[in-house]
Amino acid sequence: MSELMDLYQEVILDHNRRPRNFGQIEGADHSAEGYNPLCGDQLTLYLKMDGDRVEEVRFEGQGCAISTASASILTEMVQGKSVAEVETLFEAFHELLTGDPSVVAVVGPELGKLAVFAGVREFPVRVKCATLAWHTLKAALSDDGRAASTE
Amino acid sequence: MAMLHEAKNIGSSSAEKHPFDVDKIRQDFPALGLRVYGKPLVYLDNAASTQKPVSVLDEEDRCYREYYSNVHRGVHYLSQKATEAYEQARRKVQGFVGAARPEEIVFVRGTTEGINLVASTFGRGRVEAGDEVLITEMEHHSNIVPWQMLCEQTGATLRVAPIDDRGEVILEEYEKLLNERTRLAAMVYVSNALGTINPVERMIEMAHAQDVPVLVDGAQAVPHMKVDVQALDCDFFVFSGHKMFGPTGIGALYGRWDLLSAMPPYQGGGEMIRSVSFAKTEYAEPPARFEAGTPNIVGAIALGAAVDYLQGLGLEAIRQYESGLLDYATEALSAVPGVRLVGTATHRASVVSFLIEGAHPHDVGTILDREGIAVRAGHHCAQPVMDHFGVPATVRASLALYNTRQEIDRLVTGVAKVQEIFG
Repeated sequence: MSELMDLYQEVILDHNRRPRNFGQIEGADHSAEGYNPLCGDQLTLYLKMDGDRVEEVRFEGQGCAISTASASILTEMVQGKSVAEVETLFEAFHELLTGDPSVVAVVGPELGKLAVFAGVREFPVRVKCATLAWHTLKAALSDDGRAASTE
Repeated sequence: MAMLHEAKNIGSSSAEKHPFDVDKIRQDFPALGLRVYGKPLVYLDNAASTQKPVSVLDEEDRCYREYYSNVHRGVHYLSQKATEAYEQARRKVQGFVGAARPEEIVFVRGTTEGINLVASTFGRGRVEAGDEVLITEMEHHSNIVPWQMLCEQTGATLRVAPIDDRGEVILEEYEKLLNERTRLAAMVYVSNALGTINPVERMIEMAHAQDVPVLVDGAQAVPHMKVDVQALDCDFFVFSGHKMFGPTGIGALYGRWDLLSAMPPYQGGGEMIRSVSFAKTEYAEPPARFEAGTPNIVGAIALGAAVDYLQGLGLEAIRQYESGLLDYATEALSAVPGVRLVGTATHRASVVSFLIEGAHPHDVGTILDREGIAVRAGHHCAQPVMDHFGVPATVRASLALYNTRQEIDRLVTGVAKVQEIFG
């Protein structure tokens, strides 16, 4: 039960219930779709850039609590960040999720609110739920027109 | 109607002779004794695949140790032994589905391969541009995609008979869709996503009235009820071994002899030929014509053991027991506030598909898993069914003959845990 409590932290449940920055951006510079064929999670991410920086990001779609909360927190975290900063953050986040589950995660300060996802590493099949929005963001930034997929 | 058909079997049931002792039956399945996350396993993912009884495991082992060789080739002792066992398995499957002769049973990898075989041999020879293939809205992807591919290749059109909000095929619509352009109808006997038992006997009758041959996907039917392909009067019937307590990688296609014997081969190779020269190859008669290469010998033999196991318990006794269990599960889950059942057909088997308000099925699956309860969360390879009900996914508890009311109670407790977390 404690692992479940680590997974479903109040912050995650809250973002699942009330996702932030939910909806489209009129005149978005970039958008991309993400899809997790295993469980049917799907979302669309909209981006407005200011040069190299993310000016605004919103999302819509449907998914499990982990993927919805991850997308919601992502939109809060990447606002105002440069593309390079976003990439660094995703790398750190990925490391947090996929690190050795027997080792307690070291949560660097750069992760900020993303630290609430530390419990996911105990649930390897759920890592894809947590990373879907981030893969989709990468696709939107690279704008290659392909839907991001966890498979 | 399906019910009439089932009623016929009651008299011949062994239920009276051997009371259905589920505790004893559970002893036959080693996996049911597992603990996961420190809790006794509750295995409710039987529509995906079933656990295996000792008799099946032992037969597989015994074959490899004591009478294994390639089949239909050697003059030597072991090859004859293996061939006899392989062909005996075919006769067991013949009896299991009530086929007229063993040559009507083709061993395949599973339901999916069986449908692909029919689509690419019978279908390719029959379907042309402007023709139609009819399926239903509740099909598994394996009974959609092969027909879609066939239609793309030939210029035919795929027609889909709609379902209603209980998850039953709307028979009037289905009948209307049958016409002189319909070259083939394919339908699921028992829906893997909803548990609906389709009135296939009636649907076959309607199709035959228009001279339309019918393929029945029986994957979710054979573990739960007696099937008689001659009574159904279907033209093709396919099922998988692994969903009926047999091994993976083996299944069977039943085809009416006159159809099978007129069909071109599926794959070319050894075993399926009568004679080969560079000028011309003559094909073997069915079933060899459709079993190119070395078949899954041990899989077929172990499938035969699974047939023996099911017949030993009695298919009617199994149906009766599971029917009571399904009613119990349906009532127990319906009684939980915030739980909504998806698929409420009058005649159902094995499956309870449901949603918990405020909790995504994937999260439900994770929480139940930590309680030791194995369910499926997702679209169950039936996305059109999910679309019909306007949901991306459901939680599916699917029962088998070894499940108990205590296990259903644990599921209900698990649901309460989900609601506690997501409340």
